[in-house]
Amino acid sequence: MTHQFPALSPEQKKALADIAQRIVASGKGILAADESVGTMGNRLQRINVENTEENRRAFREILFTSDTSINQSIGGVILFHETLYQKDSSGKPFSALIKEKGIVVGIKLDKGTAPLAGTNGETTIQGLDGLAERCAQYKKDGVDFGKWRAVLKISSTTPSQLAIQENANALARYASICQQNGLVPIVEPEVLPDGDHDLQRCQYVSEKVLAAVYKALNDHHVYLEGTLLKPNMVTAGHSCTKKYTPQDVAIATVTTLLRTVPAAVPGICFLSGGQSEEEASLNLNAMNQMPVTKPWKLTFSYGRALQASALAAWLGKSENKKAAQEAFRKRAQINSLACRGQYVQSGKTDTAATQSLFTASYTY
Amino acid sequence: MTHQHPALTAEQKKELSDIALRIVAPGKGILAADESVGHMAKRLNQIGVENTEENRRLYRQILFSADSRVKKCIGGVIFFHETMYQKADDGTPFVQMIKDKGIVVGIKVDKGVVPLAGTDGETTTQGLDGLWERCAQYKKDGADFAKWRCVLKISEHTPSALAIMENANVLARYASICQQNGIVPIVEPEILPDGDHDLKRCQYVTEKVLAAVYKALSDHHVYLEGTLLKPNMVTPGHSCPTKYSPEEIAMATVTALRRTVPPAVPGVTFLSGGQSEEEASINLNAINTCPLVRPWALTFSYGRALQASALSAWRGQRDNADAATEEFVKRAEVTGVVLLAGECQGLG
Repeated sequence: MTHQFPALSPEQKKALADIAQRIVASGKGILAADESVGTMGNRLQRINVENTEENRRAFREILFTSDTSINQSIGGVILFHETLYQKDSSGKPFSALIKEKGIVVGIKLDKGTAPLAGTNGETTIQGLDGLAERCAQYKKDGVDFGKWRAVLKISSTTPSQLAIQENANALARYASICQQNGLVPIVEPEVLPDGDHDLQRCQYVSEKVLAAVYKALNDHHVYLEGTLLKPNMVTAGHSCTKKYTPQDVAIATVTTLLRTVPAAVPGICFLSGGQSEEEASLNLNAMNQMPVTKPWKLTFSYGRALQASALAAWLGKSENKKAAQEAFRKRAQINSLACRGQYVQSGKTDTAATQSLFTASYTY
Repeated sequence: MTHQHPALTAEQKKELSDIALRIVAPGKGILAADESVGHMAKRLNQIGVENTEENRRLYRQILFSADSRVKKCIGGVIFFHETMYQKADDGTPFVQMIKDKGIVVGIKVDKGVVPLAGTDGETTTQGLDGLWERCAQYKKDGADFAKWRCVLKISEHTPSALAIMENANVLARYASICQQNGIVPIVEPEILPDGDHDLKRCQYVTEKVLAAVYKALSDHHVYLEGTLLKPNMVTPGHSCPTKYSPEEIAMATVTALRRTVPPAVPGVTFLSGGQSEEEASINLNAINTCPLVRPWALTFSYGRALQASALSAWRGQRDNADAATEEFVKRAEVTGVVLLAGECQGLG
């Protein structure tokens, strides 16, 4: 406790900090393309496309063969295991495609939720077994960051003390192991938007959760400068009758972060959590317009909120590739502007962009 | 746990936040003039002055008679209980003299350290009993902030997990009670500079201690925007053979804070912990020019480092009073100036 047994050498620290900085470089965010097979199934179902490995590969190819200039808006891409080892039509590995655009490759590392007995339906996350070996292998295969999603839910009895503490601890173990293997850990303690709670309740819970997360990271000797945070924005529950503006969301979110996230963390990449593409961009924009000192970058790590329009444009047809890429490029650019608080909403937005992408109790 | 039972109203929060911001307004820091009777004995002893209530009154009068020049460099003064109720020669209460200069009045509220059984000479701090009522009274009597000092020590086996946890907890209880009574709590988890440990060790321990402090403050629902932190700078132990530059001290200190102190905390007011006046200013200057993003004010809460020259100029002689006051004013100005050195930097 009183003696330091350094977890990382100065070289290791520098390598991690550099990776983190590259991912959240000015105006850049993350494309979360790490949907598991099951989750991809949900996405494809919405556009009536069959959930085959080829279709999953084809859609990811559309995203990853975007013009190189996408690297102005995208600093990192999170992949699912299957996708890391897939190739484009010319036989080029996706990881190589992404890296040659100067974008950092990441990998989803958790193995999904497991129930916490004695709680009201709460969970922790599994995936620690053999994690060191998996990280080492992924690092060899071109990956430089990892992602691990913990899930907490707001209800009249949750999240419980146990759920908060257990998920924080698992996140810290994962983060520690990642760093030992040269991977920057993205720490994702998602507080789900399910429920009818108001904005204040979400803020309160988010503050408690993040305080626990950073205490756990400290206890586990995690090097904060070589991590990223992927939290939920602070929003009202989906069934809350009260409506809030992007400014309300921005103030609640940034206040929460100022109270809990140390300045040493280089970047905060919000999850979109079922918000529509437009909502997710507007909220991020409002945060970056707030006239308060924010010592970390505020950016995005969006899945649905970056891909919805692209999916809708694609519809499973190869002739729609250009249209799909254009939809993706447009939304990525909007989010890049939002990172600087410079997004000005134009008159009309298409339906796909404003459609709520909320799925109850969302699991990857 | 999942439901908020608001500890403070919006108005209470605003009042606390305003007080905190006034204390650490740009260019300003705190004069820690809260030495206990026993502590004052040591100070007065050094200049051959008897430790009587009158001498303590005369000495504080020297400090509080400073003219309006101190307004731009002193945002708050911490009093000891006795001093809160003392007056100047002309009958003006000290509290009023300070408030008339637009400076915020603070009060030391802890009751000293007590041993933690089963540890290697470690302590916690007492003073929670009746603290609520005491705070309410001090608020009526003109105090708007308070100070509570916890002490941790670096050695082979310390600080222990218990010492860290217990001191963090007691600081959080104190902070919570203060805020309930409209008083901004200065949270002081001092890690003593005693020992031969190097800079890295101090940084490591400081990070652990501060992480525990802020977790405790969160657990106790303390409103961070209405608090201040008074930590040690990160320095090597007094008997450490390695010498470090002010830049190294600054880098270690700011890094430790960046890893543990939420940006919502408006200001960090360093204790001088035995550093000389000169050293304390030089280090504070280096901290304010350190090229890392610093989202809180980084200023001073100095006792010895602001008073040493004034004390030795006074030597207990009434005739020396004006000269002694002048020494204090000069020291305060010099210290305040370093805060503005890095004003254009550090806000990202």
